[in-house]
Amino acid sequence: MTAAIVADDISRTYELDGVTVPALRGVSLSVAAGDYLAIVGTSGSGKSTLMHLLGGLDRPTAGTLLIGGRDVSTLSPPEMARLRNEVIGFVFQSFHLLPRTTARDNVALPLVYRGTGRRERRERAAELLARVGLAHRIDHRPNQMSGGEQQRVAIARALVTGPSVLLADEPTGNLDSATGESVLTLLESLVADGVAIVLVTHDRDVAARAHRRIEMRDGLIV
Amino acid sequence: MRVAEAWRVALDALRANRLRSLLTMLGVVIGVAAVVALVAIGTGTKRQIESQVEGLGSNLLIVVPGRLEAGSAPSVSTMSLDDVDAVSRVVGDRSRVAVTIASGETARAGSRTAFVSMQGVLETTPTVFVRRLDRGAYLTRSDVSTARRVAVLGAGVAGQLFGDRDPIGRQITIGGVRFRVIGTFEPLGQSLGVDRDSEVHIPVTAAQRLLGTDRIDGLAIRAPDRDRIDTLGADIVGTLTERHPDTDFSAVTQQQILGVLGDILGVLTGVLAAIAGISLLVGGVGVSNIMLVSVRERTREIGLRKAVGARPRDIGVQFLLEAVLLTTLGGVLGMALGITAALLVDRLSPVPAAVTWWSLALAFGVSAAVGIIFGVLPAQRAGRLDPVVALRTE
Repeated sequence: MTAAIVADDISRTYELDGVTVPALRGVSLSVAAGDYLAIVGTSGSGKSTLMHLLGGLDRPTAGTLLIGGRDVSTLSPPEMARLRNEVIGFVFQSFHLLPRTTARDNVALPLVYRGTGRRERRERAAELLARVGLAHRIDHRPNQMSGGEQQRVAIARALVTGPSVLLADEPTGNLDSATGESVLTLLESLVADGVAIVLVTHDRDVAARAHRRIEMRDGLIV
Repeated sequence: MRVAEAWRVALDALRANRLRSLLTMLGVVIGVAAVVALVAIGTGTKRQIESQVEGLGSNLLIVVPGRLEAGSAPSVSTMSLDDVDAVSRVVGDRSRVAVTIASGETARAGSRTAFVSMQGVLETTPTVFVRRLDRGAYLTRSDVSTARRVAVLGAGVAGQLFGDRDPIGRQITIGGVRFRVIGTFEPLGQSLGVDRDSEVHIPVTAAQRLLGTDRIDGLAIRAPDRDRIDTLGADIVGTLTERHPDTDFSAVTQQQILGVLGDILGVLTGVLAAIAGISLLVGGVGVSNIMLVSVRERTREIGLRKAVGARPRDIGVQFLLEAVLLTTLGGVLGMALGITAALLVDRLSPVPAAVTWWSLALAFGVSAAVGIIFGVLPAQRAGRLDPVVALRTE
């Protein structure tokens, strides 16, 4: 089985006022089904840049990056969007749920961009909310839910398209330790289902739970 | 993303900011309302004038000296009553030919005075034009041939000089000459800006004597049928030119007058609509402005939507639809307001107003177009946002 994501010596530099700033300097790694990988590092180490690249939100300035078997350097913005929709699921530190929108509609959002019909979207969203233990919150809005519940909605949203890789950027960063623990447990339960989890964190205790750890410093894996 | 879905998202976004959406719409509402109301007033005025011109009588041919061209100076008439006889022979029916010699005079009855439009006419006037008598009788052929000093008063003049008393048989004085009132007209009101109720009709011969002239100002002919009206006009002009080789004559029909007036009013209506259109444009700029603010405010939302698979086009369409929804809703409200304003003006003021379908269709189309034109820039900006930057925005 081919890896969902293969990065071969990828770099990412930014141009700031004519000065070239390297954020990532030749990183290689691969993520396959069932992987549970933690990327750790202090802020400015390049771990966020790496996550954006792995998630298809950005493109490397050098090196080869394959997502879902496709070389991202050959893809147009709409093709990248499709790739994110089909291969990747994102979980953010600050949840990024749409306000004034019910849990069900938040979860169904990625399916909107896939062109799935309304009825099927609603059914799928309900299934996923049940899977993360929020069947009773289906018509609640984010401001009616606790932080832990909001993050579970976000995880359900990330899973609704059946992605190969779930990229979680500090998923427990805004949660207390007990809630954080339950969110991590939920994420870990997905590994058994064959979803690859990439956890970006600066919390070493969280990182210690992963099967594989990558430590970043100054744009390099150490 | 499906279009129906995009509409729902746009509507939700507008609902989330009700007050702001309403205020943004207001510019378009006012612009569309102004276009609809002003075009209605222009159209109403045009229709009123058309009905006034047609109300003068049917198949009229008005003959005046001079050329009817823009820039040509008005000519002094050289026509006399002999010319009228010649024209009557061309027409073949004397009762279809009317003449006027008009002069502004002061009429007196006892201690009362009235400023009147004295018209020296033939007995044929009521059959050529539409004039109905209220009381008494009109001038007769013998009144004209003997220059009898009799007068028929407009409703306004009769009221001013005699109040509630019956003027028939009483005396009035015009230019120091006494006339006996033999009839009064039904009220007619204004037509083409002239107060028809201030007219006093006296025999043309008596008017010529009073004014010390043997000329007449102009002729009007009621053509027997509409099809031959232009030929008849040419024949009459030919006859008159033969008799007065040094003078130009013109024959105009009601259709020609309506054409000229219609052109003028059309231009006026167009100018009014264009001025109103400017406010629509300003409204569009407001929409553009608010959409740009909205894009900035919802940068995080845009980033998230992109992260879960929205293409640049999906985001662009979403914001474009939002702008179009704003302006078309504003357009519909504006139409309702414009129609209401037009109806009120028509009901409560002397200015007539008639709402036309084309102006509604135009206003709606323009407001939708304004949404598209002014929504494109914010939509493009939203579509092109870098998802990494957008997600990071707090």
